[in-house]
Amino acid sequence: MTREAIVTAVLIAALLAAPFAAQAIDEPFYITLATRIAILALAATGLNIALGLGGLVSFGHAAFFGIGGYAAGILATHAFNGEPLFLGLPGTNDMIVIWIVGALAAGAAASLIGLISLRTSGVYFIMITLAFAQMVYYFAISWPAYGGEDGLSIYVRNAFPGANTLAPMPFFLICFGVLCTGLAAFRSLMNSRFGAALQAGRQNEVRLAAVGIAPFTIRLAAFVISAMLTAVAGALFADLNRFVSPSMLSWHMSGELIVLIILGGVGRLGGPLAGAALFVLFEFALGGITERWQLFLGLVLLGVVLFARGGVMGLLAGRARHG
Amino acid sequence: MAEPVLDIRGLKKSFGALKATDDVNLDLKPGEIHALIGPNGAGKSTLIHQIAGTLMPDSGEVRFLGRDVLRMGVAERACLGLGRTFQVSSLAPEFSALRNVMLAVQARQGSSFRFFRPVMSDRTLTGPAMEALERVGLQDRAAIPAAELSHGERRQLEIAVALALGARAFLLDEPMAGMGPEGSRALTAFLHDLRHEAPILLVEHDMEAVFALADRISVLVYGRVIATGTVEEIRSDPAVREAYLGDAA
Ligand SMILES: Nc1ncnc2c1ncn2[C@@H]1O[C@H](COP(=O)(O)OP(=O)(O)O)[C@@H](O)[C@H]1O
Ligand SMILES: [Mg+2]
Repeated sequence: MTREAIVTAVLIAALLAAPFAAQAIDEPFYITLATRIAILALAATGLNIALGLGGLVSFGHAAFFGIGGYAAGILATHAFNGEPLFLGLPGTNDMIVIWIVGALAAGAAASLIGLISLRTSGVYFIMITLAFAQMVYYFAISWPAYGGEDGLSIYVRNAFPGANTLAPMPFFLICFGVLCTGLAAFRSLMNSRFGAALQAGRQNEVRLAAVGIAPFTIRLAAFVISAMLTAVAGALFADLNRFVSPSMLSWHMSGELIVLIILGGVGRLGGPLAGAALFVLFEFALGGITERWQLFLGLVLLGVVLFARGGVMGLLAGRARHG
Repeated sequence: MAEPVLDIRGLKKSFGALKATDDVNLDLKPGEIHALIGPNGAGKSTLIHQIAGTLMPDSGEVRFLGRDVLRMGVAERACLGLGRTFQVSSLAPEFSALRNVMLAVQARQGSSFRFFRPVMSDRTLTGPAMEALERVGLQDRAAIPAAELSHGERRQLEIAVALALGARAFLLDEPMAGMGPEGSRALTAFLHDLRHEAPILLVEHDMEAVFALADRISVLVYGRVIATGTVEEIRSDPAVREAYLGDAA
């Protein structure tokens, strides 16, 4: 096993162990913290496909996170009220169906956004993805049917076969399982032919085209896959809070996801998890003491960018190797 | 006479007032090395860019294997079999030499939309890639990231990538530049035989190599082809001597 693989495995094991420790000392709140870490890590793992592997700095992934969240909220509301959604289709409180619907909706949105934004690069790409996410944000605010500015409550957490999702531990285990699946998907994609083309495009798109692979189609597919994974995280996040609001769609959220990746290590399998753990623990440790905890986070971020470009993974596992 | 593999007709390209390509006609026949020489700034690289698709000409025609390729993008032209190397090496710097070549093998085999099988344990990729590296003598450097290769090695790697692509024509922009006399000699010997695999349009300043290799030479000055002919014809052309060759002839 490489050092990178060991560090990643230890991080995953620690995340799994934490809630059991919390249960042993009867502190269920820590289970919720671990669940939050798992969900944010999953969302950032989605973004890590576009940003880390593809070099596509999307400043609009909150749109996909929020679309996943609203998929959960809207479907649950219709299931709760017994009103059909549209065309006589019913709502549902089945998590698996919700994840699929959320991922498909985000995938459709990402195809459209990608088709336009991927024709640009650099700072223009950042701005266009931001602009699209803001459009979705204002759309959600001005759409009274699903709560508008006030958001939408999920009265009963959605259901998963064989689990009592209302209890903290089973819900954590669901999120943990989905995170592991997401990490496995990221790893497989990174090492595949598709991943090779995607990463080559980040390093040198002229080279990629010169061997006969069109960077645009590769990037579009990566952007869509990336959005779908982030959307599943959004659906879980809505279930965790039993609440969806436009804040899930706001640019702060997009920025937060980027920050997680930079903290943890851009393009590294374990990066988003390391970043999410650091972020949530920081928020928890300092959030209680001062409202300005984000100032300290900013200082940490500055330190990482200036002195530890590989983030936490870079510090613990050394430079990334490509074989 | 055999049909040309590559046929350029009336090509024009201006940068503002500068005519970088001024009504260029040029072709590349099967099995030949056609050298393109001329002073710095004559427009040789600009011409290569237009053939490969990284620059659009203002007017004219580029036919490759009988097809008009001007409307095609870079990737599409490469798929058709245009294998080019860059004057300033252009590789995936973080990837090892082997992975750079594997990318070309993967492109040649078709779809890159495969998400599961790890490339590094895929013999159908590593095998042909290693073969291409061996042909240019880079097999011992296979695991080194492109960024850490020497200048000359990067030039060799670019050629290995073009080989792995299964190119039907090679566009080589100053492959000998910065290689040192030994490297140049080895590459000259290699290109000598390579022409039978696919014809080569060779931009090169090393006149020894050009005279040893070229079946035909075209001389480009200020964007215009002022002469095309065999080595002997070009060496004895007074206009060429004045414009470019000077004492070298
Ligand atoms: N993108 C560009 N914009 C403006 N001028 C350019 C550009 N590319 C090349 N040129 C100019 O066109 C001329 C031909 O350049 P180039 O094709 O690189 O010459 P060569 O390869 O023969 O040395 C030069 O004068 C160069 O400065
Ligand atoms: Mg040049």
